[in-house]
Amino acid sequence: MARINELVSHYPADKKKSALLPVLHEVQDAHDNWLSIELQNKVAEILELKPIEVYEVVTFYTMFNQRPVGKYMLEFCQTSPCCQRGVEDLMDYTCQKLNVGIAQPTTDGLFEVRGVECLGACGYAPMLQLGDYYHEHLTKEKIDQLIDDCKAGNITFYDK
Amino acid sequence: MGRKILLDKINVPGIKSYEVYRREGGYASVEKALKMTPEAIIEEVKASGLRGRGGAGFPVGMKWSFIDKKSGKPRHLVCNADESEPGTFKDRYLMEYIPHLLIEGMITSSIALEANLSYIYIRGEYMWVYKILERAIQEAYAAGWLGKNIQGSGFDLDLYVHCGAGAYICGEETALIESLEGKRGNPRLKPPFPAISGLWANPTVVNNVESIAAVPWIINNSGADYAAIGIGRSTGTKLISASGNIKKPGVYEIELGISVEEFINSDEYCGGMETDRPLKALVPGGSSVPILPAHLIYKTANGDDRLMTYESLSDGGFATGSMLGSGGFIVYDDRACIVRNTWNFARFYHHESCGQCTPCREGTGWLEKVLWRIENGEGREEDIELLWSIQSKIEGNTICPLGDAASWPVAAAIRHFREEFEYHVRFPEKIKNRDHFTHEPFDKVRHLVAPQTV
Repeated sequence: MARINELVSHYPADKKKSALLPVLHEVQDAHDNWLSIELQNKVAEILELKPIEVYEVVTFYTMFNQRPVGKYMLEFCQTSPCCQRGVEDLMDYTCQKLNVGIAQPTTDGLFEVRGVECLGACGYAPMLQLGDYYHEHLTKEKIDQLIDDCKAGNITFYDK
Repeated sequence: MGRKILLDKINVPGIKSYEVYRREGGYASVEKALKMTPEAIIEEVKASGLRGRGGAGFPVGMKWSFIDKKSGKPRHLVCNADESEPGTFKDRYLMEYIPHLLIEGMITSSIALEANLSYIYIRGEYMWVYKILERAIQEAYAAGWLGKNIQGSGFDLDLYVHCGAGAYICGEETALIESLEGKRGNPRLKPPFPAISGLWANPTVVNNVESIAAVPWIINNSGADYAAIGIGRSTGTKLISASGNIKKPGVYEIELGISVEEFINSDEYCGGMETDRPLKALVPGGSSVPILPAHLIYKTANGDDRLMTYESLSDGGFATGSMLGSGGFIVYDDRACIVRNTWNFARFYHHESCGQCTPCREGTGWLEKVLWRIENGEGREEDIELLWSIQSKIEGNTICPLGDAASWPVAAAIRHFREEFEYHVRFPEKIKNRDHFTHEPFDKVRHLVAPQTV
């Protein structure tokens, strides 16, 4: 809550609504990386908004998840420069290794593979995002290592 | 070695920190600007010829001069760090490795605009960069460069970072403002322009990271010194994000005016093609700009050398030219399939269309579906005309330029690579695997679709 108040203080007192996106990020990070309707209602209450003002924003922006997601969400950039450097093969490899399809959490809820649009790392392709961080110049070996690190709980993925 | 203005200090150990940045001469432009009149600062930037580095290339000084100072409303400077144009990753590099340069530029520019509350709008995916900037801003506050009465000048400025949440459209300035107000990123109709009615209906200037980062150098030296670099109306230096099938992908600062051939092949920059395979195509300015075929990359249609300038890259219009755009320089070798790549871009625009205007919302979906059908061997002869028709109906018929940006790559791909589309339609069995051109590049099978001659 202290962090939320701080975020709200970044905007004029009568423009609380402006804090909506940063606050939603904060709330989502603190709640298993997804925003239930209850949480969205709570955010509306804190920022003195109508619930619809929060829903319409949550549904617009792709970073807000509206259902439970895998704890370690591997978001592969699948736009042209990454494709040019073989990301599609790596996505297939990762899905096979975890025995899942795209956007389908593993049964233990640990992993989820997603394809997302350009993440601004084209020169370091292929790459993926996990939490706040990018993993670049990917290879199958690096993916194996990353998955092992996740399983061992040996990875920092939020910068708090 | 080309001259470096933005990245000259990037390799100084510890330049991320305030102490080192200041020791290296940082924040000098703020000291100087505080002694100048706002009009004089704007005149310097006008004289520099600096053009917006986000893609549109509109002169920065002129944009500043439009800001409404008469109404007495609060003014804002908003930095556009929503960098999402496929192929572009220069702003991230600048913010990640030399964050104080952007902050210094924000302060100096805010002085010129007499803005007391400014924001850096950064895309949500760059969360670790957001944290880097937040920490750098705290350092700047602590050192007295932000807050009330900066350095005893009587000028107040608050600066905050605001994060987006995954929407390409928020790089469009009015959508960015909507998003900063806590709404969906739907672009606004212009006029009124943000300079009159922007953030919270206050006069606002929105500038790209790289544009703002160039301001300290211009103020420390002079507009004329900046204008002396480059060629004609392409003044100064530009960050180019180089990616694709080249030996050394990365961010390079170039003096505008070097040749495309030098940029691709010299060891100072891209270092040549990744595996010495032939160059097939180039997207010089981010996914939105027209793709160029091999014969139009090093030379223009007139046979002149193609240069890295706004003018030379657009030489020949869309028939035989392209655009410098945001400097997202994507190089393709002969393994690339232009149909697949065009489909990839179309999917991107379909995903990123905000849905406000019908031609874009519906048209981008059609483009994606028809291109997917062709790429997967289910294309029909008439599909190429259908694509042409769809893109022509989107272009120019939408509130913001996303519609145009979705149309241009499709139009250019058909214009320059029509035979490749025909090959996909006529030989579906040959394109079953997505890497169909890796083992059998299109040049080896082009004769199959060559027009018959008598």
